[in-house]
Amino acid sequence: MSTPERELTFAEAVREALAEEMRRDPNVFIMGEDVAEAGTPFKVLSGLVEEFGKERVMDTPISEPGFTGMGVGAAITGMRPVIDIMFGDFLTLTMDQIVNQAAKIHYMSGGKMKAPIVFRTTMGATRRSGAQHSQSLQAWVSHVPGLKVVIPSTPYDAKGLLKTAIRDDNPVVFIEDKMIFKMKGPVPAEEYTIPFGVADIKRKGDDITLVATSSMVQIALGAAEKLSQIGISAEVIDPRTTSPLDKQAFIESAKKTSRAIVIDEGYEAYGVTAEIASVIAHGAFYYLDAPVTRMGAMDVPIPFSPALEDLTVPTEETVFQMAKMLCGKT
Amino acid sequence: MTNKTESVTKRSPERVEGSKPDAMDIEKWLHVYEQMVKIREFEEKANELYLRAIMPGLTHLYSGQEAVAVGVCEALRREDYITSTHRGHGHCLAKGASVDLMFAELLGKEAGYCRGKGGSMHIADPASGNLGANAIVGGSAGIATGAALSAKKRGSDQVAVCFFGEGALGQGILYEVMNMASLWKLPVIYVCENNLYNEYTHYSEALAGEVTARAKAFGIHAETIDGQDVQLVYETTKRLVERARRGEGPAFLECLTYRYYGHHVGDISRTYYRSKEEEQEWRNTRDPLKLLADKLVEGKLTDQSVLDRIQVDVKSEVEKGMQFGIDAPYPAQSEVNQHVYA
Repeated sequence: MSTPERELTFAEAVREALAEEMRRDPNVFIMGEDVAEAGTPFKVLSGLVEEFGKERVMDTPISEPGFTGMGVGAAITGMRPVIDIMFGDFLTLTMDQIVNQAAKIHYMSGGKMKAPIVFRTTMGATRRSGAQHSQSLQAWVSHVPGLKVVIPSTPYDAKGLLKTAIRDDNPVVFIEDKMIFKMKGPVPAEEYTIPFGVADIKRKGDDITLVATSSMVQIALGAAEKLSQIGISAEVIDPRTTSPLDKQAFIESAKKTSRAIVIDEGYEAYGVTAEIASVIAHGAFYYLDAPVTRMGAMDVPIPFSPALEDLTVPTEETVFQMAKMLCGKT
Repeated sequence: MTNKTESVTKRSPERVEGSKPDAMDIEKWLHVYEQMVKIREFEEKANELYLRAIMPGLTHLYSGQEAVAVGVCEALRREDYITSTHRGHGHCLAKGASVDLMFAELLGKEAGYCRGKGGSMHIADPASGNLGANAIVGGSAGIATGAALSAKKRGSDQVAVCFFGEGALGQGILYEVMNMASLWKLPVIYVCENNLYNEYTHYSEALAGEVTARAKAFGIHAETIDGQDVQLVYETTKRLVERARRGEGPAFLECLTYRYYGHHVGDISRTYYRSKEEEQEWRNTRDPLKLLADKLVEGKLTDQSVLDRIQVDVKSEVEKGMQFGIDAPYPAQSEVNQHVYA
């Protein structure tokens, strides 16, 4: 008798991964602003302090560099901290600790030290949060050797990848789209993890490849559905981690379809899309029938007004139009 | 700018001399003396390697501040943690690093503490509790405080010492972590080595208010002491360490000291920011090695010949260590992309 497929929200999947890993390993603890009783403003951590207590779900003062740095110190001395950086925009405050300290400790010490630490943070616009609470800064951290970067798009991926992140011996930046915390999806009750550096094909197709990350996966899937109605078969691939990057998966898909659009919610200039597009342009050069195209956030500070904010990010419609054009349909 | 010519005595704290060395402890004080001589000799050779163009890059010499590193580290156990600074050779040696592997690291050799990948400003030796020097001023404040948090979480009675210069008092992270250390009564001791100069600028031009008042604002126990008196540094640290081990929380120790050389080995013409007379006055009247030697000899706890012997032995050890570093091979080219990830 098969059990009905269990569904969790993205937030519940994240919380379950944390709870399971905290039960498994007493060295795992959470530290950040309003993580305990408040469970973060997004309520992702609700209930954890009740199970694990305030020693393991630690509320901190509003001191991002301070508690991030303390996490690094705890990580190199035997603990496995999960640091909560409420908004991805606040990564900018923690950059010295993540980039100059955590990312380099293993290398600078000639392999003698390691920093097993997860920096959980968020990304994503269209929440009407203004320019300092809406950015998607995955390119900033993906640029730094020594860091691993995870940007899950579904509850299933979020849970499996977060468990892997906590068990990894390296600093991992784990970026959650704050607009999909309530999105539901199948998550098996049985234990599982997902390896880093393995892209996932979210929809199979033959005519065009849509490489999409995090928030853009649903956009790409929506566009693919619309494309199918006009006879274009789009393949949607989610890298799931930008570092390590599953280069071969994009190359193989583009070789098959001969067209590719790379979609990520970070700023387009110097973005994640640039890196992936370059990988495809190089690896699938002789197979391409159209230039590899990038779609990211418009290169402006994210505006507050909904009338303007919605213009800054790719949508189903803009992706649909771009794909249609690349496939030569007018 | 009046402070630039501030005399040595004027900036000295209410001088509380360390208690008189006990004859029973003479072995300890000879060891302390040896450690300070080792740092002094090491730095002389490091400078020489720079002048002979053997050493890649620059380095920041610790000469003049030996009593702080040695006094503090002698009050620690091997498993206690330290974090260090860009001027870190003294801390590393005082915590138990050996000169040969230090030289090898300074010269970028595979035998070095970090396989030559760290260099002078990034020497780490977790085996001796040294969590690493740091080239970001104030950059290790979070790490030291986090190590103390970790010690507390693991139920160990380790303490962490965060060494930093008075220049780091300009960095915000220090205040963030002192706040948390006090809130959570973490076993961390913030050792501020006030050597008067933030790189090329007298600290009085960069610092408002009182140094220890910063820590006191967080409810952290704070003291200012003569950092040239190794016995005083040792005894004070010992008291603060015991306090921290008992769970009574963090402490802040300002050690008044002096950097004999420039900000780094290439900083030779320094008269635009400090006078030669000032440098000479510190060397003549406040040298930490000489202060201890005088105390031991005048107190008839040892003979000058014993101290001379230590000098000779250490010199030989340091010379051998330097030669080891010079002779050691560079890492293989295949090392370049190893250890990026664990």
